[in-house]
Amino acid sequence: MSVIWFGMIILGMIVAVINGRTEIINEVILKDAQEAVVFAIGLTGIMGVWLGIMNIAKKSGLIHHFALLMRPVTKILFPSLPPNHPAISAMMMNMVANMFGAGNSATALGIKAMEELQSLNTDKKTATNAMCMFLVINMSSIQLIPLTVLKIRADAGSIAPTEIIATSIMATAASTLVGIIVCKILEGREG
Amino acid sequence: MIRLLTTFSVAAIPIMISIVLIHGLIKGVNLYDAFVEGAGEGFKAAVRIMPYLIAIFLAIGFMRRSGAMELLVKAMTMPLSFIGIPSEVLPLAIMRPISGSGSLGVLKDILTHYGPDSFVGRVASTMMGSAETIFYTMAVYFGAVGIKYARHTVPAALISHFAAVIASVVICRIIFFS
Repeated sequence: MSVIWFGMIILGMIVAVINGRTEIINEVILKDAQEAVVFAIGLTGIMGVWLGIMNIAKKSGLIHHFALLMRPVTKILFPSLPPNHPAISAMMMNMVANMFGAGNSATALGIKAMEELQSLNTDKKTATNAMCMFLVINMSSIQLIPLTVLKIRADAGSIAPTEIIATSIMATAASTLVGIIVCKILEGREG
Repeated sequence: MIRLLTTFSVAAIPIMISIVLIHGLIKGVNLYDAFVEGAGEGFKAAVRIMPYLIAIFLAIGFMRRSGAMELLVKAMTMPLSFIGIPSEVLPLAIMRPISGSGSLGVLKDILTHYGPDSFVGRVASTMMGSAETIFYTMAVYFGAVGIKYARHTVPAALISHFAAVIASVVICRIIFFS
């Protein structure tokens, strides 16, 4: 991550100098950094909502039941997790929110899931197998109705904006499957 | 089918919240107190991810605004066009894992240029709908809990993204050409 980050910043600045657009450097420092803060603050409210809801579900025992229900799936994907751990419910809710296009809710639930996974982690600086698997699934499975894409298609004058829904779902399924398999292979290799 | 999915999309979140609240009520949980207690964590989590967001927004900002991103896309177009991906959608395939708003711009360009109902337009739309911004998601999720070593997340995510790109092309070819 450090190398990628370094490369992006240095490359960006060098290209800016070559192109004679040095003014963008200040622009980035000012605007993009601010955007990051605004985004994080904007996330606070929705984080609060979902963490509140999750806390109710924890106290009522719903999280526990739900996790047990998902056991057949999670046993394969996350073998290292205890069968009724709260991380499982948070991850499943994150996936549901993702599928139905509730992006910010998904982020909030995903962070909650990561916190739960981190509580099981023995080396707090290094990602566990379960974390890698969760993130890879998360990044490859996307909403059932890609509303933004449909809107752009409609705006561009498509006669059938929705015809890509089925193909998107198939492509997503393929990429998620590949992601899971690659994760399984790589986690074994690293021991 | 599509209407059904849309209805589900709208109803999913209210259903999730209702189930939790009703179950909590039946089990005699003090709903209000439990909610407030949990919600208090929200602010801490947001503050925790902020430095990581600044770092990632900064790097992507430099790449985008300087024009370095376009150079990168051009440099990678050549080797990738050999494996049969239409060269028109390559900028999107490369941009997608790096920047969400950037790739939306690229998609708009492709659709206005080639038409949304062209083969290229369909492949691009499918690709956009089946992938996610990798680096941003990693920064937020790992940043939130202070993970420094992502291990195999990056290679696995990139291979999975590559699969989405290939699958988009192959599936569109099968579905829309027959």
